[in-house]
Amino acid sequence: MTDGLSPNSIPVIPRGVRLHWDHVREKWVLLAPERAVALDPIGHAIMTEIDGARSFGTITTALADKYGAPHEQVAADAGEFLRGLMNRRILEVA
Amino acid sequence: MDGAEVRDWRAEGKANGIPAPIAMLAELTHRCPLSCPYCSNPVELAQKSLELDTSDWVRVFQQAAELGVLQLHLSGGEPAARRDLVDLVKAARDAGLYTNLITSGIGLTERRLQELDAAGLDHIQLSLQGTDANMADRIGGYKGGFQRKMQVAEWIKDIGFPLTLNAVVHRQNLHQLPRAIEMALEMNARRIEVAIVQFHGWAMSNRDALMPTKEQAQEASRVVAEARDRLKGQLVLDYVPADYHADYPKRCMGGWGTTGLNVAPDGEVLPCHAAQTIKSLRFDNVRTKSLSEIWYRGSAFNAYRGDDWMQEPCRSCDRKKLDFGGCRCQAMALAGDPNATDPVCVKSPLHAELQMHTALLSRDKTAELTFRKQPSA
Repeated sequence: MTDGLSPNSIPVIPRGVRLHWDHVREKWVLLAPERAVALDPIGHAIMTEIDGARSFGTITTALADKYGAPHEQVAADAGEFLRGLMNRRILEVA
Repeated sequence: MDGAEVRDWRAEGKANGIPAPIAMLAELTHRCPLSCPYCSNPVELAQKSLELDTSDWVRVFQQAAELGVLQLHLSGGEPAARRDLVDLVKAARDAGLYTNLITSGIGLTERRLQELDAAGLDHIQLSLQGTDANMADRIGGYKGGFQRKMQVAEWIKDIGFPLTLNAVVHRQNLHQLPRAIEMALEMNARRIEVAIVQFHGWAMSNRDALMPTKEQAQEASRVVAEARDRLKGQLVLDYVPADYHADYPKRCMGGWGTTGLNVAPDGEVLPCHAAQTIKSLRFDNVRTKSLSEIWYRGSAFNAYRGDDWMQEPCRSCDRKKLDFGGCRCQAMALAGDPNATDPVCVKSPLHAELQMHTALLSRDKTAELTFRKQPSA
């Protein structure tokens, strides 16, 4: 089921998962059940685009525009990152 | 405490290569309606009258967040036995901690779960003693406990709390593992922890009744691997294998004094839940020192940091950065020396003897369970 991330999928940060600024290690982390995932600036940029309403395709287009990067590259990188989270039940799609 | 003091400790820790801890286990009480024979609480339980009060815990949670703790596990005993549980959850969330409740479910009503929800509880970890009332109530030593747990699981699902089912398995219930995984799916759990009993605390006196056979340990690994593959993206499986049947020891606590800390009901701060079995260690208490001072300076935390304490064969072993020589408490229990190589390691001179002993323990047909007792008032 985790191959199910298409441009039309709507990524949703589920209950029990939240972004948190770690003031000690000075980085963003994703807090989830029994997990704390350290985010690099790219991971953080992707997560902050997820609002539970916009599709994956819209999000990657927005990221590509914002950072002036090729859309295919952004979609591939963001897809790999988000599928990893889905496999760990840290992200869901609607 | 003031923020400047914390930063000083952190700078000193950084200079000495000591990372800030990520997780804290708060053992709110040793009281529990269940009496599981493998309880990880120490055999000498903390009295109710010596438990930290609400304001002590609130201060400790704030100090933990300042120190760099991200994840707080509220445990026990049974944390629901604390009347101030809802207030403690709220204080933990206010401090910025990711707050997890580790519970048997006994003592949680629908109303109390709703209050925990309103207080901001992030996640619940529900223990499972067996997959039917016969097994669960016998192992938990509490009649009617299974039925109540199933009711609590329904309420958890209705409210929508993220849930991890925590199945503790051993020789007497390992055949129920496939059903436990199904139950996790039925409860809408995102995760299941399959933990083969680790022999510390009360479990140590029940090794003859709980030790899995080698065949059971192998079957458990197979069931977990198959389920991980089949349920990828649906259910996350965390697995604690039977280390007595393994060739290498577990990476205990992710490294002593590097990742997590425990606060016992009476305020003693421990590098792991079994650390009090190492009688040479001295523990500091949150009543008299700040958590930062204890973490960075406490003698118990510094005792097994780095590798200066290691003996051979650990000292020259290429795995020493992987498993740190295994579990210090297990080295104490099985080798009589907390600095020794964990005897479950193939490189330990005691390994062959332990394997033989393990095989005998796992075939004991007459062993009876010794149940955990209650702490005194």
